[in-house]
Amino acid sequence: MCLAIPARIEKLDPPHAIVSFRGARKRVRTDFLDDLSVGDYVLVHAGFAIQRLNNREVEEIENLWKEIEKGLQ
Amino acid sequence: MNIPGEVIEKIKKLASRMDRKINIMHLCGTHEDTVTRYNLRSLLPENIELISGPGCPVCIIPDTDLQKIFHLLQNARVILTTFGDMARVPYRGRSLFYFRSKGHDVRVVYSIFDAIEIARKSSIPVVHFGIGFETTMPSTAIAIMDGVENFYVYSAHRFFLPAMKHLLELGEIKIDGFINPGHVSTIVGSRAYEGLKRFQIPQVIAGFEPYDVIFAIYIILKALMDDNPEIFNEYRRVVTEEGNLKAKDAMNRVFQREDWDWRGLGVVPDSGARIRDRYSDSDATKYFEDIFGDFTPQEDPVKKLCRCGDVLRGLITPEKCDVFNKACNPRNPIGPCMVSFEGTCNIWAKYGGR
Repeated sequence: MCLAIPARIEKLDPPHAIVSFRGARKRVRTDFLDDLSVGDYVLVHAGFAIQRLNNREVEEIENLWKEIEKGLQ
Repeated sequence: MNIPGEVIEKIKKLASRMDRKINIMHLCGTHEDTVTRYNLRSLLPENIELISGPGCPVCIIPDTDLQKIFHLLQNARVILTTFGDMARVPYRGRSLFYFRSKGHDVRVVYSIFDAIEIARKSSIPVVHFGIGFETTMPSTAIAIMDGVENFYVYSAHRFFLPAMKHLLELGEIKIDGFINPGHVSTIVGSRAYEGLKRFQIPQVIAGFEPYDVIFAIYIILKALMDDNPEIFNEYRRVVTEEGNLKAKDAMNRVFQREDWDWRGLGVVPDSGARIRDRYSDSDATKYFEDIFGDFTPQEDPVKKLCRCGDVLRGLITPEKCDVFNKACNPRNPIGPCMVSFEGTCNIWAKYGGR
């Protein structure tokens, strides 16, 4: 229920944004976050961006995922 | 370097210096999922008990709310929307999915805004059965503030922090440390827990990776050792001191706190999120006042076997319940703790408990 997933903003149209969860796109609301830009990462809960994330940290996690995927191939 | 391994060693060292049992309670179904999925309890020393608390929003909703929703479906032509798990919770053998199979229009949505889209395209009133703690409440608040015609909310939302206080005041179980819910804290902020400091229990706001939980346990033990019952924030990557101010503002503007009943916990003061009068146009309990007016709650005889309430208070683990994984299982749940993906019984049935 309180699950929240990081997603990358692809398009902004306040109070909406199109975000990508590693490829899966979804339109979400961004009412609670100011000064967002395309490329920012946000934490999304039930169609709502509830917090901005530190881009560098998310990219590190993304890179880890890529390593894992490489390992699986 | 094996960081989690090193922290486990430190936990073991600290625990060996404490000659008593330490009860650590986490307060989020997603934490229970991490703990059980990765079998973290097996890594802990014997005197450290990791207990699951009332952190599943589907589980804590009492049958009365569910009965009222059934009553509405039986007496009014509406489109009812809610989140996935809620639709499977049984009352007297019936769930929202049962009503759907009988021709009622019950739809599971990912977000309240999907429900609003349905309302915009329909002439039949759409009622959203709103559940969830502070993480989810702000989105419902914004949806209500949008003031869409033909869209109503039945609020079963509950403020989580009053339940922590209530649990401590009940005093049925000695709690030595809390692992606070990460995403509730994203909204309310770490400062919101200050009011609980008088109970002198260390609290750690933690993320949902196995390492987050292990680290939180270490912080609690260290705080107990140093006699330092503070609020610690292990989840700094998303939780700030003040939380999300705009979200809190929307939540407080729309909802008014009331004393509401919780499954297992009874009436929790100031925990209910009633829609304020100024938004009564969007309040399903007002719009369908006549229908709710002739509602009388009844007990579910089957639920007498269910000990979901004791699981939510941390008094028992699921396998202590007589019907766990027998009459009550994920395919045929008797109580909501077995229904929800965040329910402790469901998680234990799926991954095999401790």
